[in-house]
Amino acid sequence: MTNPIGDIAGAEFILAIGTNTTESHPIIGLQVKKAVRQGSILVVADPRKTEVADLAKSHLQIKSGSDIALLNGMANVIISEDLYNKEFVAERTEDFEALKSVAAKYTPEYTEGITGVPAAAIREVAREYAKAENATILYTMGITQHICGTHNVFAVANLAMLCGQIGKPHSGVNPLRGQNNVQGACDMGALPNVFTGYQPVISDEVRARFESNWGCKQLPAKPGLTVGELLEGADKGTVKGMYIMGENPVLSDPDADHAAHSLKKLEFLVVQDIFLTETARLADVVLPGASFAEKDGTFSNTERRVQRVRKAVEPVGNARPDWRIICDVACAMGYAMQYDSPADIMKEIASVTPSYAGISYERLESGGIQWPCPTAGHPGTPVLHVGKFSRGPGKFHPVEYVPPAETPDEHYPLVLSTGRRRAHYHTGTMTMRTGALEVYYSKEHLEINSADAAKLGVKEGDMVKVTSRRGSVELMARLTEIVPEGMVFTSFHFPEVAINKLTNPARDSIAKIPELKVCSVKVEKIA
Amino acid sequence: MADVTLTINGIGVSVPEGSTILDAARKLGVFIPTFCYDPELSRPGSCRICVVETKGSKNLTVSCATIARDGMVVETDTPAVLEARKTILELLLANHPEDCLTCGRNGDCRLQDYAYMYGIRSGSKFAGERHTYPLEDDNPFFVRDMNKCILCGKCIRMCAEIQGNNVVDFAYRGFRTKVTPAMDTSLAGSECVFCGNCVAVCPTGALQEKVLRSSARTWEIKKVRTTCPYCGTGCNFDLNVKDGRVVGVTSCDGDVNGRALCVKGRFGYGFIHHPDRLTSPLIKKDGQFVKATWEEAIGLVAGQLGSIRDNYGPDSLGVLTSARCTNEENYLLGKLTRAVIGTNNIDHCARL
Repeated sequence: MTNPIGDIAGAEFILAIGTNTTESHPIIGLQVKKAVRQGSILVVADPRKTEVADLAKSHLQIKSGSDIALLNGMANVIISEDLYNKEFVAERTEDFEALKSVAAKYTPEYTEGITGVPAAAIREVAREYAKAENATILYTMGITQHICGTHNVFAVANLAMLCGQIGKPHSGVNPLRGQNNVQGACDMGALPNVFTGYQPVISDEVRARFESNWGCKQLPAKPGLTVGELLEGADKGTVKGMYIMGENPVLSDPDADHAAHSLKKLEFLVVQDIFLTETARLADVVLPGASFAEKDGTFSNTERRVQRVRKAVEPVGNARPDWRIICDVACAMGYAMQYDSPADIMKEIASVTPSYAGISYERLESGGIQWPCPTAGHPGTPVLHVGKFSRGPGKFHPVEYVPPAETPDEHYPLVLSTGRRRAHYHTGTMTMRTGALEVYYSKEHLEINSADAAKLGVKEGDMVKVTSRRGSVELMARLTEIVPEGMVFTSFHFPEVAINKLTNPARDSIAKIPELKVCSVKVEKIA
Repeated sequence: MADVTLTINGIGVSVPEGSTILDAARKLGVFIPTFCYDPELSRPGSCRICVVETKGSKNLTVSCATIARDGMVVETDTPAVLEARKTILELLLANHPEDCLTCGRNGDCRLQDYAYMYGIRSGSKFAGERHTYPLEDDNPFFVRDMNKCILCGKCIRMCAEIQGNNVVDFAYRGFRTKVTPAMDTSLAGSECVFCGNCVAVCPTGALQEKVLRSSARTWEIKKVRTTCPYCGTGCNFDLNVKDGRVVGVTSCDGDVNGRALCVKGRFGYGFIHHPDRLTSPLIKKDGQFVKATWEEAIGLVAGQLGSIRDNYGPDSLGVLTSARCTNEENYLLGKLTRAVIGTNNIDHCARL
């Protein structure tokens, strides 16, 4: 997020696009509700009529995967009605003309044809966004999990820059991240192309610095493989061994049967986890890690706030904190990796990571710190891009709408989208074992529009089989108007409804994110 | 904003304009009891336990809802104030189960605290009809015992003003007044999302976390502040620990969330001690997992990773690290991947 969570309630205008905020991020949802209570304009763009869409002044019920068209359509209105922030565009951005020429095509009427959102609504929302004193855009995987995910984000950023709704309080481009430390994992260089703090592996200067700090001869310069590519490599036999810590790709990755099939081909698989997950079952060696309650450390949240995790109890049985296990493996491989505590590790992180340089456990005792925090005296940075973007001028990357990789046809006539439920989390490894959440929400169902259900002869509570080109699952139907006609929805939390057997592994060519939000399926009633 | 200066119990104090008498008293360190007051919520001033005497006023003044004025002279412990507070407590206890011996909030209850403080042994002075509501425990998260409710309304305001859901409100009138969802159903039959934020502000035992309050007395608990392991919001809370086990989660004043939590954060901790937890390294032999020592397991992992690297090159290995683990752990696994194995084949499920 460019702006802090606490900023949201103060925004005059909120565009929540592809985020089921009150369900997937309930506490951020409180900020959105507060804004609405205080009179802010909330606009929700989502194919589903979610709880947050119910709160909105306008719900733009867009067709799945048509976000670029909608965002370009808004840009079109803003440019053609001369509502854009000329001072900001002139002083802080470049390539405006390129955006202008791409957006020209996306008249509200043309955009209506792609998105299904009435032209008048597009005009109104565009004007409101442009004219607001401050306006924020919130998004999650509804924007990113598409073959055009990166372009979707570009389209969001274009809009923010066009109106100067960035680099100031209560505004910005704000992805709400879905996992406790997904921001931190990225910050720590758990990506194939960067070290900590997004320092590129292809830079000779960066590698030289890490080589000297880590005491190793030659760090690899070639960017590595992403998770999807690693699984493909395993399938093809080019990847022979994998070390998986705290991940469950067998349930979380698209085309899940294929993920399991690929992992089985490995010569050696080690999985480090707190439960014997579907992925861990395939391992040659399973290492028992510690839960968040059993170790010290830090998580970095979606607004870049680094916060302490504190050990409350001893690890169960013979389990060990994951940082100790990694050190043990490194030492056994002949590399002396030794630390007294996670505080020591953070000292090293700060020494190699400019954006974390001022962060220490001593400072975190008095509260979280938002990076960039370059020095020990720096207060942290709640709002990014104030006065200047990190690359200098903000560059408009105009993007064109492309349809999803799979669109409905006569064999698979419905769009399947997946997401989360409030009471559960990811592949259910934790939330199915709480003694409470799984009691409260014990069974998954398929949301299907009543009109579609009637055509299929499906009644409330009937068991149905949902099939895509890749696989099928069986679950109970719930007739609802939350999903529009032509769309079905369920979550990926329940191992017995392993919906990722169906989803499409087609990926965004830049970020390699799979198109989990759109694939084509058919639904049949089970007799 | 300008300051106003007033006198409380003979001591002068200056507070910003708009502050209440209660704010001023707290600044001075002068104790005033409260039930319905909460700094984050609106102030109905309805419970009257915080009354004080202000010079020139015929009636006692509600300190939590009265704005301090320049020159105000306030007394917080006069006989009239004490009598009013004692009467309020006697009236509340007259319709209270008084089962502190077995109540889960024993030791962490404002009603109990003030009864002790003002020497109220029971509500027998106003003995009469008592409520006999059935216990509401038809959800897995918390128990509602409306017999212990003092109608302070904090749960109602929390639900409306912070959670924004407006699930509960006062229903009925007079002695029959109770806090309830629409149509007087149980919460399980309502739109309640079980965030438990009402439980976090309840001053008595009317709302109690099921597991926490039945597994530990309040004074047996050690609280450890930490950060939630679920979504990316980064809520802070206190893990409640007894005898080396996490028995509950309670709100603290989090940087991001204040006291608010969601159903997962507040009630989703049971996995920590679940019997399915892995407690020993496992090595697969003939298709079956066999328990192993750490030395065996680490040795095997290091040996296998090393030999694959040596035979096929470092890029034949891949590492998936975790958006669930700490920064420190992700950093170290990155270091292992790049400096020890020698590949950039490291990723995690950021995209999922």
